[in-house]
Amino acid sequence: MRGLRALALLALALLGLGAAPAAAGPVPAPPGASSCSGCHGAHGEGAFAPLAGRPASDIAAALAAYRSGERPATVMTRIAKGFTEAESRAIAAYLEQQAAP
Amino acid sequence: MSGPTRRAVLGTLAGLAAAPALGQDARGRVVVLGGGFGGASAARALHRAGLSVTLVEAETTYTACPFSNEVIAGLQPLAAQRFGYEGLRRAGIAVVHAVATGIDGGARSVALADGSRLPYDRLVLSPGIALRFDAIPGYDEAAAEVMPHAWKAGAQTELLARRLADLPDGGTVVLSVPANPYRCPPGPYERASLIAHVLKTRKPRSKLIVLDAKDTFSKQKLFEAAWKELYPDHLEYVPLAAGGQVTAVDPGTMTVRTDFSEVRAALACIIPPQRAAPIATAAGVADRTGWCPIDPVTFESRLVPGIHVVGDACIGGAMPKSAFSANAQAKVCADAVADLMAGRTPATPKLINTCYSLVAPGYGISVAGVYRPANGVLADVEGAGGTSSLDAPMEARRAEAAYAEAWYRTITADVFG
Ligand SMILES: Cc1cc2nc3c(=O)[nH]c(=O)nc-3n(C[C@H](O)[C@H](O)[C@H](O)COP(=O)(O)OP(=O)(O)OC[C@H]3O[C@@H](n4cnc5c(N)ncnc54)[C@H](O)[C@@H]3O)c2cc1C
Ligand code: HEC
Repeated sequence: MRGLRALALLALALLGLGAAPAAAGPVPAPPGASSCSGCHGAHGEGAFAPLAGRPASDIAAALAAYRSGERPATVMTRIAKGFTEAESRAIAAYLEQQAAP
Repeated sequence: MSGPTRRAVLGTLAGLAAAPALGQDARGRVVVLGGGFGGASAARALHRAGLSVTLVEAETTYTACPFSNEVIAGLQPLAAQRFGYEGLRRAGIAVVHAVATGIDGGARSVALADGSRLPYDRLVLSPGIALRFDAIPGYDEAAAEVMPHAWKAGAQTELLARRLADLPDGGTVVLSVPANPYRCPPGPYERASLIAHVLKTRKPRSKLIVLDAKDTFSKQKLFEAAWKELYPDHLEYVPLAAGGQVTAVDPGTMTVRTDFSEVRAALACIIPPQRAAPIATAAGVADRTGWCPIDPVTFESRLVPGIHVVGDACIGGAMPKSAFSANAQAKVCADAVADLMAGRTPATPKLINTCYSLVAPGYGISVAGVYRPANGVLADVEGAGGTSSLDAPMEARRAEAAYAEAWYRTITADVFG
């Protein structure tokens, strides 16, 4: 299985098909993390700050400030309240590992 | 995986798309049916997880619904709604343009219109909705050519946009809204707002009457506050309790009937009740409600094993039927499919939805939610989510209008780019 997977990834690389992010496959996204890119897209399309590759401590601190309401926001306060401190840290750590756009 | 079956698949793919190198992946075949927000997102996420994916989609060009209300109001060209599948192909996904006519959940294969069969180990279904042309007496497919629904973007969107542009000043416009559940809960009210904006700025003697089959709706307080402020003379809202339920239409006389009255419209937009697309029923994954019950961790059908349903077609519990939800569900579903195929137990997910609406150009509002599986369905995470605040300054409304546009660019690039 592992060998096949490695071969498959190698085939992908050789074919130059889409740069798979380093964390794809084996490192699963923690709960909630895959929803963030609905706005903070991998392509950095304008208004939303790109998160991929940002230091985890920055992301976690921002999420904590949104959760407590200390940092004002249009939408992030409503979203951040859906995640515990531990979940927020896991998401932040995951996002840090994603290739920056 | 038998030889002939494999050849049949390759036969189908030949000339349509180059079979990807990963087609030999021994861990199994995943087919995604439906190349809209849910299906195209699922195909990408499955591919990223290292699985071999074939995406089946009837159309060669996808026409997106989000921002189609802006097209109707003449604020954006329809061309901005169109997306091709080159981006998915470039990423290494096999895209087959064919209509699926049936799904054999026992034999695990999808039947295509050309008679060929596509075998799968797991199928992700995101076929969207069917409009129920049996729900409102008089409102059938022919009537929709006169009284457009424009609830599937494309020719219907153009038709409604043209009719609105051609509306004589002084003409009455009727918009009928169905009961829950339906695609995009705030969508009809965004449409009402933007039609009222057109009337106010270009047809000041006209008026919009919104006939609603329910009494409460998404972002209601925000919409109603904005209507009072912006469109006091151009928008009249009639809830169910005041006789808002449309009981029949007559496209010949342009009449829209309710229990209490009859309106002669110069322009009528009828959004009928909906259900999951026909292929879901054919597959046996839709229940008596017309929608598809799913496991909230894996999105696997409660009715047919091996078939996962995401997007508008699934019963998403507290999650609304939106492009944002479809994209979020697709990613969670893809992770679960990858886990199941590798013999791992999928982790309990959390998902986000956010729907932006424009009540006027430069005036945006939003509703957000965070969801988790609870008691077998997707439930709200309490304390999270909700709408933009009622007393937010105009600056925040402007920011949310800009975020709405940014979201559309981001999500379409994420899915089709
Ligand atoms: C006016 C309007 C405004 C909206 N605004 C927003 C918004 O601002 N934000 C938001 O998040 N959502 C919005 N939505 C909702 C959004 O469009 C839907 O929720 C979204 O499209 C659902 O995605 P899906 O993948 O479930 O279905 P779809 O996008 O409908 O995709 C289904 C695909 O499956 C294909 N298909 C179906 N059956 C078959 C078959 N048998 N064989 C082959 N192919 C098949 C179809 O051709 C289609 O391409 C809006 C909707 C409307 C109508
Ligand atoms: C609906 C769109 C949307 C979603 C989904 C979303 N965000 Fe945000 N995010 C925003 C907006 C808008 C801002 C700016 C603050 C505001 O007005 O809410 C922001 C700001 C941020 C910031 C601060 C960035 C900076 O440099 O100032 C962080 C960190 C962040 N979001 C993290 C996340 C994480 C993590 C997730 C997923 C759990 C997420 N966001 C999901 C829209 C979104």
